[in-house]
Amino acid sequence: MTRLIWTASGALFGLGLWLSGMTEPARVQGWFDVAGAWDPTLAFVLTGALIPMLVAWRVAARRKRSFTGAPLPAAPETQIDAKLVGGSALFGFGWALAGLCPGPALAALGWSGVPGFAFSAAMVAGMALWNLIGARRPRAVAA
Amino acid sequence: MPPLFTQTHLLGLAGGLMIGSAAALLLLGNGRILGASGILGRFATRTTTGADWRDHAAFVAALVLVPGLAALIWGVPQFETLAPLPLLVVAGLAVGLGTRMANGCTSGHGVVGMTRFSRRSIVATLVSLAVGFVTFHLAHHVFGVL
Repeated sequence: MTRLIWTASGALFGLGLWLSGMTEPARVQGWFDVAGAWDPTLAFVLTGALIPMLVAWRVAARRKRSFTGAPLPAAPETQIDAKLVGGSALFGFGWALAGLCPGPALAALGWSGVPGFAFSAAMVAGMALWNLIGARRPRAVAA
Repeated sequence: MPPLFTQTHLLGLAGGLMIGSAAALLLLGNGRILGASGILGRFATRTTTGADWRDHAAFVAALVLVPGLAALIWGVPQFETLAPLPLLVVAGLAVGLGTRMANGCTSGHGVVGMTRFSRRSIVATLVSLAVGFVTFHLAHHVFGVL
């Protein structure tokens, strides 16, 4: 059941990305082009995505465990550190430059050809790079 | 006068509702946070998330294959980016490194973290958006590299 839920979630996530237009890099770049031909679609997508999750967290708050009996996520960490801010800045830089973030890059792999594959391969390499340079330091203990 | 909402906006809203539902399903069903960079990242880094790697592999496989199938049946979306190939590689490296440093991207921080009012997620999302706006403006309108 757990694996079925993981699979269904990935499928629904992918279909939503496909339907929403977020797999179109030019549209995402249009969102960032405030001084040019601004495209507000991303705001509609994010608004739509926030609604079910606002409900889901309220449901989760009244439960001890998930429907399959797994523990629910612990309270989030609260520390705002250089890793969070610097990493997010680096992410925003790449996001706007390519018009892609991790979810849509994966969802578009079926048709995005060489450019899409090059972005995704570089993204995985960037993740592996963090393993080399940063992840060896001990993690801060969760609050 | 152009219409207030175009079909693109409504499709965006509908797709967004599906994205949020996928995250809600994973949270309430499995007690897990839907974060694309975190789930993909476990295959590139030694993060120990506790989840079975086969569950994460099933998620990634569905995320790649199902939209591919949808595109085959209902239509392939445009895939045009202003970035030439070398810039795409630079962008991919930045996205991969940055999302692991910050422990999340648009899905994990933007959708799942923000809706539980996590301070870290709100900061992460605002910083990535702000840097995105500045980056695009400079690259497109000032330096003309996009």
